Amino acid sequence: MTRIVLTIPTLLLLLTAVFLIMRVLPGDPVALHFEKKATPEAMDALRHILGLDKPIWQQYVDYIGGLVDIGYLKDHGYPNLGKSMQTTTEEVGGQIFSAFPATLELAIYSIIIASVIGILLGVAASKSYNSFLDHLIRGFGIVTYAIPVFFLGIIFQLIFGVYLHWLPTGLRISPAVDPPATVTGLYTIDSLIEGNLFKFAESVKALLLPSLTLGIILSGVFVRLTRTNMLETLRLEFVTAARARGLKESTVTFGYALRNAFLPILTMMGLQFAILLGGAVLTETTFSWPGLGRYIVTRINFRDYTAIQGAVVMFGLFVVLVSLVVDLLYAYFDPRIRL
Amino acid sequence: MTLLEVDSLTVEYITRRGKVRAVDEVSFSLEKGETLGVAGESGSGKSTLGLSIIRLVPPTGVIVKGQIKIDEADIVKLPENKMRTIRGRKVAYIFQDPMTSLNPVKKIGTHFTELIKTHEPNIKKEEAIERTKNVLNSLGILPERINDYPHQFSGGMRQRIMIGLGITLNPDLVIADEPTTALDVIVQAKILDLLGSLRKVYGMALILISHDLSIILERCDKIIVMYGGNMVEYANSTELYENPLHPYTKGLLKSIPNIELSDQKLSAIPGSPPNMLNTPEGCRFNPRCEYAQGKCQFKTPSMVNVGGNHFVRCFSAEEGAVVE
Amino acid sequence: MSKKEIKRSFLLRLIPGLGTLAKRGPSGWMVIIGIVIVVVLVVMTAIAPWIAPHDPIKSNVGPTNSPPSPQFPMGTTALGQDMLSRILYGGSTMLQVSALSVFICFLLGVPIGLFSSYVGGNLDKAVSLVIDAVYAFPGLVIAIAIAAVLGPGVINMALSIAVVYIPSYFRIIRSQVLSIKQLTYVEAARSIGAKWHTILLRYVFPNVIPSIVTVATVNFADAVLTAAGLTFIGLGLPVNIPDWGYDLTKGRELLSSGGWWVITFPGIMIILLALGFTFIGEGLSELLNPKLQR
Repeated sequence: MTRIVLTIPTLLLLLTAVFLIMRVLPGDPVALHFEKKATPEAMDALRHILGLDKPIWQQYVDYIGGLVDIGYLKDHGYPNLGKSMQTTTEEVGGQIFSAFPATLELAIYSIIIASVIGILLGVAASKSYNSFLDHLIRGFGIVTYAIPVFFLGIIFQLIFGVYLHWLPTGLRISPAVDPPATVTGLYTIDSLIEGNLFKFAESVKALLLPSLTLGIILSGVFVRLTRTNMLETLRLEFVTAARARGLKESTVTFGYALRNAFLPILTMMGLQFAILLGGAVLTETTFSWPGLGRYIVTRINFRDYTAIQGAVVMFGLFVVLVSLVVDLLYAYFDPRIRL
Repeated sequence: MTLLEVDSLTVEYITRRGKVRAVDEVSFSLEKGETLGVAGESGSGKSTLGLSIIRLVPPTGVIVKGQIKIDEADIVKLPENKMRTIRGRKVAYIFQDPMTSLNPVKKIGTHFTELIKTHEPNIKKEEAIERTKNVLNSLGILPERINDYPHQFSGGMRQRIMIGLGITLNPDLVIADEPTTALDVIVQAKILDLLGSLRKVYGMALILISHDLSIILERCDKIIVMYGGNMVEYANSTELYENPLHPYTKGLLKSIPNIELSDQKLSAIPGSPPNMLNTPEGCRFNPRCEYAQGKCQFKTPSMVNVGGNHFVRCFSAEEGAVVE
Repeated sequence: MSKKEIKRSFLLRLIPGLGTLAKRGPSGWMVIIGIVIVVVLVVMTAIAPWIAPHDPIKSNVGPTNSPPSPQFPMGTTALGQDMLSRILYGGSTMLQVSALSVFICFLLGVPIGLFSSYVGGNLDKAVSLVIDAVYAFPGLVIAIAIAAVLGPGVINMALSIAVVYIPSYFRIIRSQVLSIKQLTYVEAARSIGAKWHTILLRYVFPNVIPSIVTVATVNFADAVLTAAGLTFIGLGLPVNIPDWGYDLTKGRELLSSGGWWVITFPGIMIILLALGFTFIGEGLSELLNPKLQR
């Protein structure tokens, strides 16, 4: 309960921090936006539209106010994050909310891949401690983290692009197909809901390379963590006691050791999420995946500061939400905490 | 046929600093329904002995030599999948610390049903639950608590659960490794009584491992005294009590405080246990022995039958020089 | 002592130092390999001006976009620059950025961590809250935001990376300090009237050093990768400075026409550098973690 309540000040802190970064750091966003190539009148006009000519505290109030503006939320379906500097007619909120589900879908599948690979390899390594397999897996865990995610992505594109002509299209589904009707915003889920297996296959195809890339890079951490925790847990007495009762080794490994070692892994999943989002930015750029990451990168090139600010806020919100979910899951998995 | 026959069992641990011979040429036998006590201090090898019987010595340990025959079949080289059918079912093991021997994330009922299903795969879920409730009853635990988690029970109750898990499948042999050490004295007695009454009902043999000789004397038919990995004395418990021959055994008996004496000094055995990495030549107890002779430093005594199935590993004892 | 004597005594202590590392098994070897990799790369970058066959920025020293050949062992870029020379020089930005960011982190994170956790109470709670908020945030995104506003440049990149990593130092130090604070010898020191800064400096800090070093190495590795990432997005450095990250980005364009060399070599170098630091960090954390010792 306290955890849920604590998220509010954390969120507020986050929003304030982003606000400050955007305003306190040296450099005038408007001037930088125009790259000093505009008339002072044009700059003032933009400043006025964006509300940058108001005193700072007023801007802050507007900023926070915009975010909690329920009326606006109801009208538009997304919170008020200001207007895009690039076009000044488009709402940043809208752009972000259409880009967000793509990142969400990518993130979910990447973390699934990362944890499955990570946990399985970690368990295998812990069971064959100090063997060649163990060292190989540990090596894998270390090396994957050292590879820049976009490098791996490019290599994958090279391999699969050349042999399978699976080059990034910048779309979440093959251009020949219409996306499924929006229920969750996740194409894979939505196409299943619609009952359309062809759309499902096509969206999986589009997701495959980017999530595999991100998943493999992330798995390294999971491998090492699982291995370490398993090594500790396998030595605990209830594991030996389980074996002493003649239980099958698979039961002992998974039902006794892993289930107890799992909790820190779950926490790590939550922490990794933040890193995942960072990696998502690079992955999306590499594969032209139309998510929040690519959005923020393109906006940088346009020097669109309101958009960047909005995207950063969105990322922050996302992370806070995920930590909340992780905390709740934690309580579910550990009966000792539940009581 | 003899239930358990251990012959020249030798177990070594391979550590970074060298080999440790935790169990050195231990031999004994156990019939159905008998109780055997294994007495010794920490590091004497008694726990390793117990674990070797079900072949669960930690991976750094190796059974270097010897035979362990359960129902006349040697299990030392038995393949792992066959060994697994013996564990829990024919031979049960009860661990020392009840606080850490149960899986914290599984209900205690699951501990039981899982055990039953593993060894009797065709059993129905309802029947397994029935049997579990019966066992819980006999342990003095309310059957409704079948869905509770280990941390909801006290230490004494958890040890009962461990014992319950041990006897659920009606094994022929139960090995209890210091079952009462982690518990307070009153609970100790209850646990031992429970073991006793279960034995009366199920008729299983028991190996009781403990550093507390008084418990062993009370509850066991035969006793092995371990020191530094060696068996130093092996006899029936009454014989051991009335006629202890090994100097170490004598020392242990003397150090049991007597509640009836109003004025006594606690006696202890001087010195400390041997360094197992660098075992000295000759008899291991020699540095602490008040009956030591010259040859004890260089020659190692062997187990000798001094009459009536009473075995001792001591030169002085053999020669009848160990008397009050 | 003369310079020669100083060097000798350093080496004399270094070699047995490495020897003890080697004796500690595979983790020790990992640390040694990591150190070797890093040292080699640093030295390579440092002596690049002397060993590089061509000026890395100069264009058209050779044909454009040509694959590796005896004349240009690593091929040439779209501007006809020699890849080998660019590789030799290219580590310098990355090393500078990561070293600078670690330095800043150290300078800020360590004192804040020590002070806040030692003092405890409400100050500690407040600081922890702020730090946790930053920690939870996607590092790259913050770095992007800051770099976007500050503009390109070594210092700016280092600054944005540093902000992201300060929380890691803080947390590690905090957990250590909290446990050390309880230890009896700290209490003893307090009871004889030692001032808080003495206690911090002489008693607490030395115990925290091993964990700090581990965090620092991981920090280095991450900084290298983040710097590469920032460059990939376009927030890197002015075009003229040879940089592995830059070539990696540029090499992508060549890839579609089948040219692999512009992207592969810088990629490998970045991986090597990150690996070197990671090895050191992994090896160290394993050596220092008693739980894993059998």
